[in-house]
Amino acid sequence: MPRRWVFIPFVLLLAACSGPINSPYAPGEPAGRTLFTAFSERPKHLDPARSYSEDQYQFVANIYEPPLQYHYLKRPYQLVPLTAAAMPTVRYYDAAGRALPADAPSAAIALSEYEIRIRPGILYQPHPAFALRADGSPRYLPIDARELARMRRFSDFRELGTRELTADDYVYQIRRLANPRAQSPILGLMAEHIVGLRELAAELTEAVKDLPRDAYVDVAAPAFAGAYVVDRHTYRVRVRGKYPQFMYWLAMPFFAPMPPEAERFYRQPGMAERNFSLDWQPVGTGPFYLAENDPNRVMRLRRNPHFRDERYPDAGEPGDAAAGLLADAGRPLPLVDEVVFTLEKENVPYWNKFLQGYYDASGISSDSFDQAIRVGADGQPDLTPAMRERGILLSTAARPTLWYLGFNMADPVLGGLSERARKLRQAIAIAVDYDEFISIFTNGRGERAHGPIPPGIFGHRAGADGINPVVFTWDAARGEARRRDLGEARRLLADAGYPNGRDAASGRPLTLYFDTMASGPEAKSRLDWYRKQFAKLDIQLVVRSTDYNRFQDKIQKGNAQMFEWGWNADYPDPENFLFLLYGPNAKLRGQGENASNYANPEFDRLFERMKDMDNGPERQALIDRMVAIVRDDAPWVFAFHPRSFGLRHGWVANVKPNQMANNALKYRRVDPAARVAYQARWNRPVLWPLAVSAVLLAAAIAPAATAYRRRQRAGVRERAGA
Amino acid sequence: MKPVILWSDALLLLMLAVLALTFWRLRREEALRAPWRQVMRGRMGAVSGVLLLAFAVIGLLDSLHYVERLPDTEPGQPAQYGGEVRSALDALLTPLREGVEKTYSAPFATHLYVKQAMTRADGVDVRDYPRLAHGGAHLADPASEFWPDVSRRALAGLAGGVLLWLPLWLAFGRARAGRPASPGRRAAWATLLCVMLTAGLLVALAPHYHVLGTDKVGQDVLYLSLKSIRTGLLIGTLTTLIMLPFALTLGIAAGYFGGRVDDLIQYLYTTLNSIPGVLLIAAAVLVVQVQIETHPDWFDTAAARGDARLLALCGILGLTGWTGLARLLRGEVLKLRELEFVQAARAFGVRHTRILARHLLPNVMHLVLIALVIDFSGLVLAEAVLSYVGVGVDPGMNSFGNMINGARLELAREPVVWWQLAAAFVFLFTLVLAANLFADSVREALDPRGRRR
Amino acid sequence: MLDYILRRILYAFPILLGVNLLTFTLFFMVNTPDDMARIHLGAKHVTQEAIDTWKREHGYDKPLFYNADAGGVARLSETLFVDKSLRLFLFDFGAADDGRDIAREIQTRMWPSLAIALPTFVVGLLCYLSFALLLAFFRGTALDTGGVVLCVALMSISGLFYVIAGQYLMGKLWNWFPISGYQPGWAAWPFLVMPVIVGLVAGIGDSTRFYRALFLEEIGKDYVRTARAKGLSEPRVLFRHVLGNAMIPILTGVVVVIPRLFLGSLIIESFFGIPGLGSYTIDAIQAQDFAIVRSMVFLGSVLYIIGLVLTDLSYTLVDPRVRLE
Repeated sequence: MPRRWVFIPFVLLLAACSGPINSPYAPGEPAGRTLFTAFSERPKHLDPARSYSEDQYQFVANIYEPPLQYHYLKRPYQLVPLTAAAMPTVRYYDAAGRALPADAPSAAIALSEYEIRIRPGILYQPHPAFALRADGSPRYLPIDARELARMRRFSDFRELGTRELTADDYVYQIRRLANPRAQSPILGLMAEHIVGLRELAAELTEAVKDLPRDAYVDVAAPAFAGAYVVDRHTYRVRVRGKYPQFMYWLAMPFFAPMPPEAERFYRQPGMAERNFSLDWQPVGTGPFYLAENDPNRVMRLRRNPHFRDERYPDAGEPGDAAAGLLADAGRPLPLVDEVVFTLEKENVPYWNKFLQGYYDASGISSDSFDQAIRVGADGQPDLTPAMRERGILLSTAARPTLWYLGFNMADPVLGGLSERARKLRQAIAIAVDYDEFISIFTNGRGERAHGPIPPGIFGHRAGADGINPVVFTWDAARGEARRRDLGEARRLLADAGYPNGRDAASGRPLTLYFDTMASGPEAKSRLDWYRKQFAKLDIQLVVRSTDYNRFQDKIQKGNAQMFEWGWNADYPDPENFLFLLYGPNAKLRGQGENASNYANPEFDRLFERMKDMDNGPERQALIDRMVAIVRDDAPWVFAFHPRSFGLRHGWVANVKPNQMANNALKYRRVDPAARVAYQARWNRPVLWPLAVSAVLLAAAIAPAATAYRRRQRAGVRERAGA
Repeated sequence: MKPVILWSDALLLLMLAVLALTFWRLRREEALRAPWRQVMRGRMGAVSGVLLLAFAVIGLLDSLHYVERLPDTEPGQPAQYGGEVRSALDALLTPLREGVEKTYSAPFATHLYVKQAMTRADGVDVRDYPRLAHGGAHLADPASEFWPDVSRRALAGLAGGVLLWLPLWLAFGRARAGRPASPGRRAAWATLLCVMLTAGLLVALAPHYHVLGTDKVGQDVLYLSLKSIRTGLLIGTLTTLIMLPFALTLGIAAGYFGGRVDDLIQYLYTTLNSIPGVLLIAAAVLVVQVQIETHPDWFDTAAARGDARLLALCGILGLTGWTGLARLLRGEVLKLRELEFVQAARAFGVRHTRILARHLLPNVMHLVLIALVIDFSGLVLAEAVLSYVGVGVDPGMNSFGNMINGARLELAREPVVWWQLAAAFVFLFTLVLAANLFADSVREALDPRGRRR
Repeated sequence: MLDYILRRILYAFPILLGVNLLTFTLFFMVNTPDDMARIHLGAKHVTQEAIDTWKREHGYDKPLFYNADAGGVARLSETLFVDKSLRLFLFDFGAADDGRDIAREIQTRMWPSLAIALPTFVVGLLCYLSFALLLAFFRGTALDTGGVVLCVALMSISGLFYVIAGQYLMGKLWNWFPISGYQPGWAAWPFLVMPVIVGLVAGIGDSTRFYRALFLEEIGKDYVRTARAKGLSEPRVLFRHVLGNAMIPILTGVVVVIPRLFLGSLIIESFFGIPGLGSYTIDAIQAQDFAIVRSMVFLGSVLYIIGLVLTDLSYTLVDPRVRLE
């Protein structure tokens, strides 16, 4: 009976609708130059001082504009001006404040001063904070409480305004990093580098103590020597010592401009409880603004009507022109009018909707890999015929990421630099066959790691020079690295005092503990795999899977023995990877990122020399020595560098994976007509099950009807008899 | 070899001991035996009973744990044991447990489900489906030998099953004078035959083929399914075991004493009931998880950790689940209390504890039994849902919930990997269906007029 | 009557207090404020300073139950329990740990939840009752036996299978409905059909069998025989007398859950991507967002108590003999 009810509207719908009925969008939505994509988790923070993860950057980086950006097409990654008129200039000073030449030794440099000149005439997106009355005073500042009470959505602010971007906004944002209310994740790190930031933070912490939680904090009030305005379009930032990596930070949203009136606007009473805040409604100068923010369902970016004249780059890598990436060279950006992000928490529906044409691009989960990709006999990945038939395109790129299995160097069994522990770690490094891991769990979408530095980053070496001799040998005939065999691992294990996985002294089996935050359906098979790897050496592995919190806590306290972790590059510089092994950064002692608590004095010495050098043969030589030390000490088992595989439909153009830039949406172009045609073709409903269920229903009704009649008659007889 | 008794094993054995003792004590009491005889006389009751018994045997075998003794390295050292806790079932299923492939393979496959890069005999690199390391590895040419081999083994297995069944039937099963053939008895023996035939088939085929295929890391799905049975059974039974004392004491006390006691107990169960169940369970499971994780030294093996979490889950389900039965008992005792024999006992000044134990408890036992069998299937199903929410058993433990959860993603694959989901479905369905049918029969026999959701 | 309702409301307070105490204790055992801070601060460069700041900013720097540093009443009132838990009695849910207002979130999310739960409930009840009546009508025939066996079989299948199979078949293979997602307003209906169907089918076995048992029990009673003897047709007997008299047990099970419909379904909402309260709760559990879960528990308890009162009221509607005192 319920079935019939369902079918009636269903059939009506078939007659009424012209578009595919399984469209996950509102009727008439997939029209025009719109890009359809998804987000997997609601972004917690859209405040540029605070957001620090990919899911937040995909919005923030397209709305806010720091002074610099990465060139979209060129490789290796190259910084180019974004709002800056030219690349920043840097001047060095010694401890006495005297200017130094550019080639001064880094030891002599006490202070670097970066001067950034921004382009004049850049305008902010339309925003109520800029709306002015006829007399020039702000329209909504202060806002009438009764007026605010009527505001339900952000679009209820009818009057919008804009103004020119000034250097002051950039300095204001740098000061915001010190605001305890902003809780910037890089405050600790930047306080090491930017002059006076720590003092500013301390002063502000004192100042906000008695303020109510949502009150406006005037970060511009206290004195601050770290950043100052030179003129309307120029500002300077003062950094301790020599810190060339600072240039990369200038390409991150932390250093985007923030208009003080916007913060003042949002910090009025009653705003926060209506979700009117910087975390919810950004104010930027970028190509898009956030037009709709319903993080339970959809986030919508629209073209910023005031966006300045930025053009598609007209030069790239060799081969880009042939790939059609330069077809739009010189055209004004952005090339799409709207980007719709739909909430999609799980892989499976995402993938299915991508195939149905409702998402323009998709990654490939391990489970859909075989359907999408066929690896040729030469090992090169290629699309399957099924994908080609749908006109789907593939692009791949090495990611500046390292996955590793870390040993806690403070652990009594595995840790320390003693010969015994080192051999044990080396044996494990050979036995844990990450080649198999890559092929089972990532479908081969990864490159085996020989050291801490991923490909594409200066200092990485490929080929025979790049192998990790502790784990691999070079097979010259085949031109590839070959994993040392298990016998060698067992020998190392025996040398370490554990022949056949048994403590030589006591005969007790060697039991190791592995901490992971892996959970969910994938986890079980992965943990089983780890157990299998250690069983090869007859080592008993106890897996302790915990949640994120407990894991962090254990690492912090040094209670873990072995753990798996990864690191994503903040910026394309080897320092960003090698600092993970720098002794003073140890988690246990300091609060750094050295989760293994590895400390080798020689490595540390080399690191200090290497970190602020310019790229060149001298730096390469230092890095080679550091990498050799780490390979021999084996505080990590280098697992792999993942490779990102992206699929997109044929109607999306100008896609080139750029692992550093998050503001690539402005380059995308779509062909809406092709999309509509595809959706119509691939979403025809299959109707035979309807027919089958109708027949089944009829088959069920027929005997019921006869039984009913019989029963009626019987009932009559029964009564007649009674 | 050294036996290891996990906490859940101990509780299970305790439960069995209590059951056995009760049966032995009450074997002569006709009034108590009659309903059970009635259960087994009905067709449904007999069939489901035999099926449940088969599941129980598997679960029991899987509850006899031991660690293996490692070979001595030097003479004179104390004996050392491996860290991996195995069960009698593991020992029986050794070929399945050890026949691990690289990744997916379909049921009865001889080749992997996924293409791999490999070097052919002539040195050329190709990508193809490699032969499995274990499944069908004894066949020289799978294309021609597969069917003859499978049918030969299957026939042998079926014959074995019949051979195993026949003497049993001849000895105990045939209708004889004084033991008339009831429909239930016939159905029971037929079911037993089916179970034996299935077992025979599996014994003949499973060591040589992956009868239900392999999962992502190449483990035999049949093995995983069989191992999951114990988890389901334990959740279904131990939870009720933990729940019973609460439900009995609180429910009977509330009904018998009334007044303040009743108010307090009602307050307790209204409060517990008013909290959305999943949230309470989630909170409690997280607490336990934190405790387990902050005290890794309490558990020397992974099995002990998983076991602790399983027990905790049972405990929590029990602590939140007693309210239903308690309310039922309260209502029943309210009625019983007014009956003459209780009133008379009270008038004679018999002590409360004695009245409770002698007069009230036996008269509500049928309700308890019914609740026990009815809750069983619900609890087995609840485990799957809780595992999906992430507050079920340890993710490393074999359970139907974890199997379904993992298999969910496999449906998105193309070509689709269906066997793990199908295996979980079939096993879980059979178990729960048998439990439900059995529960129906028990209810009918013990409480023909009563009803309970 | 009014007196009765008032009394029930007063009785609700100790229950809600107990609920609060229980959840509060449980959750602070799981999650110390330090843990919460760490979750919300993200993965990179987290320092103890940042954690302390977070705790201060979110009001987690007070003791749990007893503040030894304060004086007088403040010893008990300047605590986390008062701050975070007792405020709920004023329905002041405060902000989630990520800074968003929980009350506002509940207001927006309860509509999608209702849009699924209400049709599932109403259509479901009608279907189950009519199926049960049908089976009761055909009692003793092969149709009845077959129906009951089907019911038992259907209820032996884990709910997860219904969801997985429904989504796979109707969404992926047959392109009938959007696989997941939601749109506000009238555009919502294509997104609702699949979850509602799945919800219906998942409940069919259990409920139909239960109602059938109720009806059979009523059918066995004397008045039904009398009615039949009067010459009433069998359908009339079933609809007028049996259904009417089975109303009290039906209401007992049904009315209690009506207020709880607001909370939505955890599994269905998360599978089908419905932005309702069920998926809100499940996300909160997985993210260990204490503030949200606490609010949802409280809300659930309040709704349950309302359900109990409604049940009692509904008895007076269907049976004039019932008086509330």
